[in-house]
Amino acid sequence: MAIELKMPALSPTMEEGTLAKWLVKPGDEVKSGDILAEIETDKATMEFEAVDEGTIAELVVPEGTEGVKVGAVIARIAGEGEDAAAATPAPAPAPAATTQPAVEEKAEESDGPVGTEAKAKAAASIAPAGAAKPVADPEIPAGTAMVATTVREALRDAMAEEMRADDRVFVMGEEVAEYQGAYKVTQGLLEEFGPKRVIDTPITEYGFAGIGAGAAMGGLKPIVEFMTFNFAMQAIDHIINSAAKTNYMSGGQMRCPIVFRGPNGAASRVGAQHSQNYGPWYASVPGLVVIAPYDAADAKGLLRAAIRSDDPVVFLENELVYGRSFDVPQIDEFVLPIGKARIVRPGRDVTIVSYSIGVGFALEAAETLAAEGIEAEVIDLRTLRPLDKATVLESLARTNRMVVAEEGFPVCSIASEIIAIAMEEGFDSLDAPVLRVCDEDVPLPYAANLEKAALIDAGRIAQAVRNVCYR
Amino acid sequence: MRGCKQKETEDLAKPARPRAPRTSKPATTQTPVVQSSEAIAAQDEAEFALRSLQQAHANNKQYEASDAELLRFYEQMVLIRRFEEKAGQLYGLGLIGGFCHLYIGQEAVAVGLQSALKEGHDSVITGYRDHGHMLAYGIDPKVIMAELTGRGAGISRGKGGSMHMFSTEHKFYGGHGIVGAQVPLGAGLAFAHKYREDGGVCMAYFGDGAANQGQVYETFNMAALWKLPIVFVVENNGYAMGTAVRRGSAETHFYRRGTAFRIPGMDVNGMDVLEVRQAAEVALEFVRAGNGPVLMELNTYRYRGHSMSDPAKYRSREEVQEMREKHDPIEAAKQELLKRGVTEDRIKDIDKKVRQQVAEAADFAESSPEPALEELYTDVLVEKY
Repeated sequence: MAIELKMPALSPTMEEGTLAKWLVKPGDEVKSGDILAEIETDKATMEFEAVDEGTIAELVVPEGTEGVKVGAVIARIAGEGEDAAAATPAPAPAPAATTQPAVEEKAEESDGPVGTEAKAKAAASIAPAGAAKPVADPEIPAGTAMVATTVREALRDAMAEEMRADDRVFVMGEEVAEYQGAYKVTQGLLEEFGPKRVIDTPITEYGFAGIGAGAAMGGLKPIVEFMTFNFAMQAIDHIINSAAKTNYMSGGQMRCPIVFRGPNGAASRVGAQHSQNYGPWYASVPGLVVIAPYDAADAKGLLRAAIRSDDPVVFLENELVYGRSFDVPQIDEFVLPIGKARIVRPGRDVTIVSYSIGVGFALEAAETLAAEGIEAEVIDLRTLRPLDKATVLESLARTNRMVVAEEGFPVCSIASEIIAIAMEEGFDSLDAPVLRVCDEDVPLPYAANLEKAALIDAGRIAQAVRNVCYR
Repeated sequence: MRGCKQKETEDLAKPARPRAPRTSKPATTQTPVVQSSEAIAAQDEAEFALRSLQQAHANNKQYEASDAELLRFYEQMVLIRRFEEKAGQLYGLGLIGGFCHLYIGQEAVAVGLQSALKEGHDSVITGYRDHGHMLAYGIDPKVIMAELTGRGAGISRGKGGSMHMFSTEHKFYGGHGIVGAQVPLGAGLAFAHKYREDGGVCMAYFGDGAANQGQVYETFNMAALWKLPIVFVVENNGYAMGTAVRRGSAETHFYRRGTAFRIPGMDVNGMDVLEVRQAAEVALEFVRAGNGPVLMELNTYRYRGHSMSDPAKYRSREEVQEMREKHDPIEAAKQELLKRGVTEDRIKDIDKKVRQQVAEAADFAESSPEPALEELYTDVLVEKY
């Protein structure tokens, strides 16, 4: 019986990849451990090994194909005693042993076409079809050409553009240079800017965060990448005590213009130690600017602003959003203002406040609610510190109801802060108590069902909205 | 003249023990092996042995200062001593609050080392015991004392205090309150010098207590890996707060602690300003030549407690008296001056001038107004958002 080889998931968040190269051809005998192909994921080029023995019967997906969905059949192997040439496209399912459960799950979801169409579809699923067009950022002139860009590319472009403009800007972190970034965010930077400005560090967050902060004090503009913000806890003393407090402690004499950036929040199935949103931690510290964008345009415009700022900035990205594609305006000087929230979907009945990946869920919930006759306004905070209270309170004054959606722990969260603001400064506008929708108050579990149960989703946000609307 | 610690020195100048050849790269690498592993090991050994700056220091310990230079060192050390005594006094009067760590006894370290730097070009960074390093870098005692008393005219506008003072103009970068944090920050300053190719070096001071911080070794690794122009200075005053070095450190010879990172070490008597200065010459020549960092251990002693609230019960009165009477750096410099024929009157004139300077600083610090209340909200962020 022919064995189907399927596009493997080679990282926790991989949904598709490029079949860069076949290292075998039909008729080749293969055994377990032989390298069959090179597959480019969103993070790296990986070798794809054979698990089963047999003869290559057919290469289904030709090399060079982009956007091959995880779980798609890429080749067939004829089993022992089977005629490779006669191996027909297998009607039977592939042996379970060669396929991980995650792959199956994803395969079910990813039945769409490959390539750019898939990207467009992915983008559409984030801003659901039929949704009111997101409100244009006031800083983008009408008629500006838009280019579909992934968040990952947008971040890279922002760094590259600022590095071209300012010699003082450099990037340091683990695997940012030769490896092209653990999540490929710094892809191509080494090639363009060389090893002096794109610097691989040893795995010593505490040390290199301090070196970065010191370089900023010495007049440079470092971008320090943390592979994820979970590891930045080892370095948090330099972020808080060295970077955030210096300007104040020196009476405005000594600055620390540095950007600490990297993915933050839960990724996918990586367990408790790799899955935490530190937004509330950093946002509680005076002296820091904290930015947590959702889409690619904001990622680009705000990262450029962060690099230009003379203040220390914590720039919180989200791994699950890196691969999503959004329109980014084609403007040379596309720099967005720090400290300004954005109404991403207008509505009159209720306000949903969110940031980072939560915005995607909030938009999805708003779509569901619209079908029920509830028009939700969705606000993306974008900057967590300084917080744009005015935009939140103005929206609340119009809708009189509010839900805060946050992918993070509920206790002492950004949601808590927004609710406090609503109480202190928006009490007269409230027709219902503000509700928060956060992750469950537990360390993030590994098991797929438990993880799903712990994290926020659109359904929970929609339900909270119904509650505050007394529907 | 020796520091407080007795330690064996005969092994310092010897080359390190022969070592096993370094393992060659894994077989999978495509880099061709040009030399045999034995040859590489031999060359490696020779190179590392050459890095023993201790030998250069041992060969010539005393800096040949001119009379004018020595007078300058003496004046700076006396300024630090009198300034710190006054600060202690003002603390007792309740004019200085919080933590206040005095540098009395350690003066020769900052003066000897920083006299070898180019003020305003080379960077200096230290921990919370920072008054002496500032004075040694020519920063006005008035604005330092006014910071200690928490006045608006203080160098940090009264918002930093004793442990958080900075002068970017003098390239003095603090003044850091978290033990050991100044070490990677200092490497960052050195990184900036190298990045800008301005020829500057950074001198990063830390104590024997901070020398046990993990971040110090992360920094050693990167500083050596990237050949950063930095001099790491361990001011070993014998006590990490109240913990004697031998009670807190498995390796009490701090100058050896860079060996694992191929950073050459120097063991220096920190109670003799001329020895300190000469050692600085050796270290700076090495660093300025692009060879990467040097680790200097300066053996010194603080006469006062760790901070103002420390009764220093962990050491005997006799120990302190012994250091004060037999190893005082200021007295030694004075004796050297007298030996050279500098008159007692000339030395007294300096003492008088310094007393006057310190009295003025104290007056200024007491009479300056506290910061305006609006200052509470300024300088949190540089920009408006």
